[in-house]
Amino acid sequence: MLSLLLRRFLWGFLGMLVVSLLVLGLFHLAPGDAATIMAGEHGSADDLAGLRAQLGLSASILQNWSGYWTNILLHGDFGRSLYSRRPVAGEILTRAPYTVVLALAAMTIALGLGILAGLLAALHQGSWLDISLSSISVIGIAFPRFWLALMLSLVFSIHLGWLPVAGAESPRHLILPALCLGLPSAASFARLVRANALDVLHSSFLMVARAKGLPPALWVTRHLLRNCLIPTLTMAGIHFGHLLGGTFIIETLFGWPGLGRLTVQAVLDRDWPIVAGAAIAMTAVFTLINLATDILYGLLDPRLQAVQNGERPA
Amino acid sequence: MNHVIEWTSRRQTDLWDLPLPLTEWVRARRWPPSLLIGGLICGLMAILALAAPLLAPYDPNAIRSAERLLPPSPAHLLGTDRYGRDMLSRLLFAARLDLWGASLAVLCCAGIGVPLGMAAGYAGRWIDQVLSRLMDIWLSVPGMLVAIVTVAVLGPSLTNAMLAVGIMTVPILFRTTRAGVLACLSQEYVESARAAGGSHWHILRRHILPNSLSTILVTTTLQYGMILLAGSGLSFLGFGAQPPQSEWGTMLAEGKSYLHTAWWLTLFPGLMLALAVLGINLLGDGLRDLSDPVIRRC
Repeated sequence: MLSLLLRRFLWGFLGMLVVSLLVLGLFHLAPGDAATIMAGEHGSADDLAGLRAQLGLSASILQNWSGYWTNILLHGDFGRSLYSRRPVAGEILTRAPYTVVLALAAMTIALGLGILAGLLAALHQGSWLDISLSSISVIGIAFPRFWLALMLSLVFSIHLGWLPVAGAESPRHLILPALCLGLPSAASFARLVRANALDVLHSSFLMVARAKGLPPALWVTRHLLRNCLIPTLTMAGIHFGHLLGGTFIIETLFGWPGLGRLTVQAVLDRDWPIVAGAAIAMTAVFTLINLATDILYGLLDPRLQAVQNGERPA
Repeated sequence: MNHVIEWTSRRQTDLWDLPLPLTEWVRARRWPPSLLIGGLICGLMAILALAAPLLAPYDPNAIRSAERLLPPSPAHLLGTDRYGRDMLSRLLFAARLDLWGASLAVLCCAGIGVPLGMAAGYAGRWIDQVLSRLMDIWLSVPGMLVAIVTVAVLGPSLTNAMLAVGIMTVPILFRTTRAGVLACLSQEYVESARAAGGSHWHILRRHILPNSLSTILVTTTLQYGMILLAGSGLSFLGFGAQPPQSEWGTMLAEGKSYLHTAWWLTLFPGLMLALAVLGINLLGDGLRDLSDPVIRRC
């Protein structure tokens, strides 16, 4: 278990090193840097050189990168935004909770609806319920999240006026963005849970459980659900990545002040410290999610726990 | 010894005699319905994209200020946009751009992921260790963010957007290919080919690639839909195709400001995009069902 933890953290840290190098390198290659944007069209060559020196843009990629990491590791300093001059760490810590809340709400919708629909479809295999749920989920996966966002706000905000169009003032503002992020994932969870539940339903241990007269509530939760959840968890880890990727568009569309919107704006401004900081924060979240999936696996399936501990499966 | 190898390789050039997955797919008596529907949608999309100049009733970029924001009518079947451009013509030309960009991106990322996966699976040892760890790190990086930065820096264009998104999927193809190769390696035909003195190149090309092809193709097809969605999403944000180019994501972004007055500007591009992704996903599902009879039973 400890070696697993260490390994995950090591890969996560290497990922942070790589992603920050990528961001720094790409911004270095960019034809227009922050200085050209700040100086505007009328800035002279002297202004530009002065701004570059002031912003630390004239050093080489590797110098910048090693300096960046020295500051982080020795002083815990992620630099300052080139525009607002506020510390990056503070900026990210104020925005991150919004993204976390949005992602968790979307994940709850995805897992809740997905598991429910998948189980219902599998338990009524071949019925009209199964056919309609399965078709909805096949179509749902193909829906672009940003189009779903436009259509839902057209219906619920513009025509019915039930929900606010954009902003983050109240919990009601969370509903539309969370639905747009979560529904396509719910569709893929539903398909996965249905396929797994059918496998389990045909297995001998479930037949024994049903034959010995266990009440349905018990065999569905203790035997069926628990065995379906293991493959679903792998997908949940992957989908969390998709959700975070979707936040760039959804947050921008709905004016949700999270990390995604911050990053999109910073990329447009060529504000590399913010982008690098956001990239590192997201890599950290990915690493934690992967770790959590691994640990949950062990809890759900004791056989895997043994493998993780380095023992051979019996 | 030489004539044995020659004989086996001659036998294998006869495609229809081999138990290859591809020929099995063609020969399967009952094709899954998802394969048929998906194939139909994909074929239709391909025809629409290829024949766009013939099918489009108007020039997609012709501006007619007298016909601004017209709702669907017999003259303009899907209405017109804020410059009076015909939506149907623009949608057809957008299909060309989108499908071409996504195909290029899929080919590129398969071109990187598949050879690396084969190398890692076949060679094993340190090559496998190094490549697998590299891909682990690559997977832990927020791909969409790197894609946005890449496109912003290299200059926004649809090809750049699709390629940047495609690079994110390299680790997925790498893992699938590696797993497919590992499954083949333990088979007797690989051992016998090795015993007959076949070179590594010969074994990889003649035995391992054909036998892991079905897994690779299924994953590639499913990734195609993912790349199409993410690439047009980047376009929607303004990091992809640039006006006046017609592209589904850009059209949606342009229609966004007219959401409450001109619904046809956002409904139709989204429907086309969803239909294309649906067709490709169904095709991928169908191929998987064909190559894996165990799943087909459920």
